[in-house]
Amino acid sequence: MWGYLIRRILAVIPVMTVVAVVVFLILHLNPDDPAAIIAGDQATAADIENIRRQLGLDRPVYIQFFEWVARLVRGDLGSSIFLERPVLHLILERVEPTLALAISTTIFSVVLALPLGVLAAWKAGSWIDQAIMAVAVLAFSFPVFLIGYGLVQGLALEWDLLPVQGFVSITEDPSRFLAHLVLPTIALGLVYTALLARMTRSTMLEILNEDYIRTARAKGLANPRVLLIHALKNAAVPIVTTIGVGIALLIGGVVVTESVFAIPGVGRLTIDAVLHRDYPVIQGVILVVSGFYVLINLLIDLTYTVFDPRIRY
Amino acid sequence: MSNANVSAGAPPPAGTPLLSVRGLETRFFDDGMALKAVDGLSFDVARGETLCIVGESGCGKSVSALSVMRLLPPPPASRVDGTILLEGQDIRALSEREMRRVRGNSISMIFQEPMTSLNPVVTVGYQIAEAVRQHEGKSWAEGFERAVEMLRLVRIPEPERRVKEYPHQLSGGMRQRVMIAMALACRPRVLLADEPTTALDVTIQAQILELMRELQEETGTAIVLITHDLGVVAEMAHRVVVMYAGRKVEEASVGDLFERPCHPYTVGLMGSIPELGSSLVEGKGPRRLAEIPGIVPSLRAMPAGCRFAPRCPLATDRCRTEMPPLEEHRPRHWSACWHWERAQEAIHVHA
Amino acid sequence: MTDITADAAGGSAPAPAKRSRLGRIVRRHPMMVAGGVILVTMAVVAAAAPLLAPHDPIELNVVDRLRPPDEDYLLGTDAYGRDMLSRMLYGARVSLIVGLAVALLSTVLGLLIGVIAGYYRLADAILMRIMDGLMAIPGILLAIALMALTRASIEVVILAITIPEVPRVVRLVRAVVLSIREQTYVQAAIAIGTRFPRLMLKHILPNTVAPLVVQATYIFAHAVLVEAYLSFLGVGTPPEIPSWGNIIAEGRLYVQIAFWQVLFPGLALAVMVLSINVLGDGLRDMLDPKMSRRS
Repeated sequence: MWGYLIRRILAVIPVMTVVAVVVFLILHLNPDDPAAIIAGDQATAADIENIRRQLGLDRPVYIQFFEWVARLVRGDLGSSIFLERPVLHLILERVEPTLALAISTTIFSVVLALPLGVLAAWKAGSWIDQAIMAVAVLAFSFPVFLIGYGLVQGLALEWDLLPVQGFVSITEDPSRFLAHLVLPTIALGLVYTALLARMTRSTMLEILNEDYIRTARAKGLANPRVLLIHALKNAAVPIVTTIGVGIALLIGGVVVTESVFAIPGVGRLTIDAVLHRDYPVIQGVILVVSGFYVLINLLIDLTYTVFDPRIRY
Repeated sequence: MSNANVSAGAPPPAGTPLLSVRGLETRFFDDGMALKAVDGLSFDVARGETLCIVGESGCGKSVSALSVMRLLPPPPASRVDGTILLEGQDIRALSEREMRRVRGNSISMIFQEPMTSLNPVVTVGYQIAEAVRQHEGKSWAEGFERAVEMLRLVRIPEPERRVKEYPHQLSGGMRQRVMIAMALACRPRVLLADEPTTALDVTIQAQILELMRELQEETGTAIVLITHDLGVVAEMAHRVVVMYAGRKVEEASVGDLFERPCHPYTVGLMGSIPELGSSLVEGKGPRRLAEIPGIVPSLRAMPAGCRFAPRCPLATDRCRTEMPPLEEHRPRHWSACWHWERAQEAIHVHA
Repeated sequence: MTDITADAAGGSAPAPAKRSRLGRIVRRHPMMVAGGVILVTMAVVAAAAPLLAPHDPIELNVVDRLRPPDEDYLLGTDAYGRDMLSRMLYGARVSLIVGLAVALLSTVLGLLIGVIAGYYRLADAILMRIMDGLMAIPGILLAIALMALTRASIEVVILAITIPEVPRVVRLVRAVVLSIREQTYVQAAIAIGTRFPRLMLKHILPNTVAPLVVQATYIFAHAVLVEAYLSFLGVGTPPEIPSWGNIIAEGRLYVQIAFWQVLFPGLALAVMVLSINVLGDGLRDMLDPKMSRRS
């Protein structure tokens, strides 16, 4: 088992190396002169030269790369060109709403999707199954902003129930913090729920066909026991894997949702950075978010040892 | 096949059967079409008796057992008709909830694949204990005690350690012992064993069969043993039902069957097993195993008359148009063949 | 039911065989056919946009700004007085072109890389590390970052959405190639010296078609959504082009007084993505009998 853990952890290194190279190349593969783009349309040649030196763009690419990596390892993500502040600080300032939305959506979706997916698989072919799957493919196809604006118009504005935009820190006012999360979580969560429910159903269907399920039923066990102990325990690994991989999709959705509900999170930071061509911020955000994503999936891989006793190598 | 190999202990005690199946019919529905996998099967099995159901794969043997256990996909995917009496009680009339009290308790089943029939992520002790807990209302601790006891009964060494292990930590033979322990944990009156040794190698196979026989002597469990292997039949059976294409084509005591088979299909199956002591030693090179030419007909395209006719060396026009009824040609020896008296001639044709 | 044989053998057996193949598909996968029909209809309407559009989609007309749906403007007008219906007809073109181009491009790239990775052991190690790395970057984020590279255009949007999709296709193709390599007939073909291009065309490509078609359909649906998301966020299709995402991005400012600017393009988007997803589900069930038997 320790061998498995160590190999899993070591596997993160090449992945993050590739991420770092890609992020670095985002600036340097640019067909146009990055310095000129950053400087903007009204910049003089001197301005451009200044930026070029400031970013170290005048030196050989490989040296730039190693210097950049060396700074990264020390936790230095560089400074924003537009806001002239350390990128790490900018991200940390914006991380709370994004993280809060991601976590609340994950909880919402898992709580909703697992029972629905299991039910659909158990009743495969019945009208319950067909109804659940029809709603799932519908939710799966609806753009987040349409659900978002629908909720805002339909629920919040008509009846004045919930705040429709912005964000309040949990340290400031926990109940308003939660109130602000409700609508974005539902808007984003429906899509993610649909994805998870579809995956849960197909995994459970496969497992319900296994011989050991027949054995469990031959023992005279009651349905909940067959379903929740024998089937779900086997489905755990594929399901948590989907939850982990789905986080990539979730992060994309978070960016859009933040925009719909005017939440000042990392997504907004990223969009602003793209509009201002603030490359260090873009690079920093991608590195941090990807690192976070890889870390979550590493943790999920480590939970396999809990769910599946066969993992020993 | 010599006679010494045929007799498997004393003849079974007479009495009312523990399990009595009458006119079992199982249909599957696929895309609006009804496919009859089992067609009018009847058999009895008494306390301490072993009944073998033999036939090639696809003959409806496993489906019959699953029908009795009510483990087939529920309607509308399938439909079971006929009478299934377990200790005189019609289990087809039970509700699903009542049936759960019967399953694994008074009737249990062992499956073919010990590799895939145990849950890989649950310890074997738990898998035995939960059945005991379900049916006897015991605590988990008592369930695990019973699990240890059962593992000891099926001759698994160090049962106290093994109960805490997962299936992947056990060998194939040991897993099948665990399956048997699980099936017997609640002391069932009837045990259905579906090809319990097919997936195992020959030495382990002999050990498992030996174990089942010993356990039967101790507990008096009635066993329905499903197999395609007449060697296993000779080893284990008191009575034998031969199935072909969903129907019973012959039934007899094991001695009668081997001495005077009355159906060319049975004769054909006998031609398919190597004669003990022969094969490699005598003659020049290995003796070719005779096989019945052709395959079991598909459920979608059953021949009109005798279903075996297309493969039968004795088939006549009558066989191809008229289905032969199952008749008692000799005392307690039934067969469904127009030419039952000449059945043994088939062996010469096959060999 | 005394004549048992007739029940099993006769019955309804011959009837379905006589029905046409098309009729059988419609009967068995009605949702898939419905999805396909809607998609094709949308494509035809998009292609005929210049003929069908009642107004100019670009020309400003301040007098008629923010008009709710009426007989002149069936779907209302936007803040510049442009006809929503006309803009949406042209917007469908953007969605379809981007979706189709991304699906094709990522499939071709993925196929190419996947076959190389599946076939050459050395390339496999390197290529798959790169794919793992790319997959570690959430797709939309990578697309957004790629959009920052250069001046926005439809081509750049296509490329930015394609790149994050490629690794998934590569993995799929590689898995198929690896499993087919082990088949006896392929081993035999290699043993008698069949050259790689022929091996590829005769044995490997035909086996990848079914899963690739299904995957490409899902990528199509996803790409249509991502294009709209990027435009909505202001980092996608150039704002002067009337794509659905752009229409919504402009309309969101007035959503409380002119909801139709968000609702109609949003619904159109949902219908298009839904029809493609349903088509994909149907293709999956049809091309992968193992899956459909389960469900």
